[in-house]
Amino acid sequence: MRAFTRGLLGIAGFLVLWELLGRSPLIPAHALPPPSVVFGELVSQLTSPEFLSHVVATVLALLIAIAIAVAIAVPSGLVLGSVPAVRHATRAVIEFLRPIPSVALIPLALVMLGFGPETKITLAVYAALWPILFNTIYALDELDPLQVETARVFGTGRLGVLFAVALPSALPFVLTGIRLAATTALVVMVSVELMAGSQIGLGYFIMEARSGPGRMDQVLVGTVVAGAIGVLLNSGLERVRRRWVAW
Amino acid sequence: MSNMLEVADLGHTYGDHEAIGGLSFTVRAGELVCVVGPSGCGKSTLLRTISGLVSPTRGDVSLHGSHLAVVFQDYSRSLFPWLSVQGNVEFPLRSLPRAERRARAAEALEWVGLSGAARKRPWQLSGGMQQRVAIARALAYRPALLLMDEPFASVDAQTRFELEDLLLRVRREHDTTVLVVTHDIDESVYLGDRILVLSGSPARLVADLEVPLPAERNQVTTRTDEGFVALRSKVARLLNVGKPSMDVEKWAAAERESLSETVPS
Repeated sequence: MRAFTRGLLGIAGFLVLWELLGRSPLIPAHALPPPSVVFGELVSQLTSPEFLSHVVATVLALLIAIAIAVAIAVPSGLVLGSVPAVRHATRAVIEFLRPIPSVALIPLALVMLGFGPETKITLAVYAALWPILFNTIYALDELDPLQVETARVFGTGRLGVLFAVALPSALPFVLTGIRLAATTALVVMVSVELMAGSQIGLGYFIMEARSGPGRMDQVLVGTVVAGAIGVLLNSGLERVRRRWVAW
Repeated sequence: MSNMLEVADLGHTYGDHEAIGGLSFTVRAGELVCVVGPSGCGKSTLLRTISGLVSPTRGDVSLHGSHLAVVFQDYSRSLFPWLSVQGNVEFPLRSLPRAERRARAAEALEWVGLSGAARKRPWQLSGGMQQRVAIARALAYRPALLLMDEPFASVDAQTRFELEDLLLRVRREHDTTVLVVTHDIDESVYLGDRILVLSGSPARLVADLEVPLPAERNQVTTRTDEGFVALRSKVARLLNVGKPSMDVEKWAAAERESLSETVPS
């Protein structure tokens, strides 16, 4: 309860600072609308079907991207983590691909995939793959040999060990990887919507509000909602981890 | 009595380190045999070769039954934390139909007095209870041979006594054949029908001793029984004889040194 109270105090302090800064003469009035203005705009936007469709588009694309990234990265991680030959063969390629910023791949993705949602989903998947892949491989490295021996003594074969021992023992690490990946995917998703001329999504909404009427309050509404999506995803996945894989 | 396990000229070498140097012995059906030897004498290697985790570089291990079960020393790592106690005990039975699996796990948990903890997670239990779960898991598998690797070395003395008596009761009630590997001389005499004494590295058989004690053992009276005391001393002497003379000299020198340190000046 005290931690919760302190958290609320922190948020209140941040809002007061923002309000003061927004109303001070240091910053032009239109550049940083204070929270009182932004939250008023937020309430009216949340009842606007057009704004909500932007939010839904981003969230839906994000969930699809996370699901695809999990479907690719977890099996790949299991293979790379349990077959050293494959891991050595792919190391150089992975070390080259991993540091490439997803945003740098926008032009390539636009040419290959066009301006539809495929582009932003593909780039978000690309960014989300790595934390899940590396956490899965790391988890298999940490697999307790005694657990494997126990399973083998009780007549479990290689595949059985993989699914009945390695996978569940890796699950907490994999879930942490997914949590990190979800946040990264959100960043890439909104960035691509901002930059790649898509027709829908939170990033598009933010870009439109700035470049058209110059409505900075709407820009900040978009930013606040994007942040809220990130917080909800993060705490939701953390809750899943605590509820289902609490060991 | 028929033999349940036959070990013939078993030897194992890691690189140029010979861990086991040609062991031959048998375990008869229904018998509880203790293997006792100095630390690092290759007892773990022996257990790993018998359980099939390691194939020996020479010799044969033949088990007269379809499978064996192992109880490891480190129960906290050997139980699966993502499974309930019930799930852990059912683990070796995964090929059986669900109802039979349930019934056999429930039965094994009852044998070790843990019926009430079936839905808990292993890490919610005390160390002694966790090791009882591991014993129940092994029993539920209905093994031809129950192998135990220093099974009570990681629990406190009180719990250790309880678990020793639990093992004796359970194996009497269910006629289980057991091979216990231990470094504890007292434990080997208290538990065993027979004791195999091993020498230091490489492990060789120094003696194969019958334990001349009644089948019913008691933590208080058995341990003060003349037969118990005599056999314990005999095993202790054998273990010293089994050591290379160098080690005995080193040990004696260390002993003299520690004595001179404690003498008040």
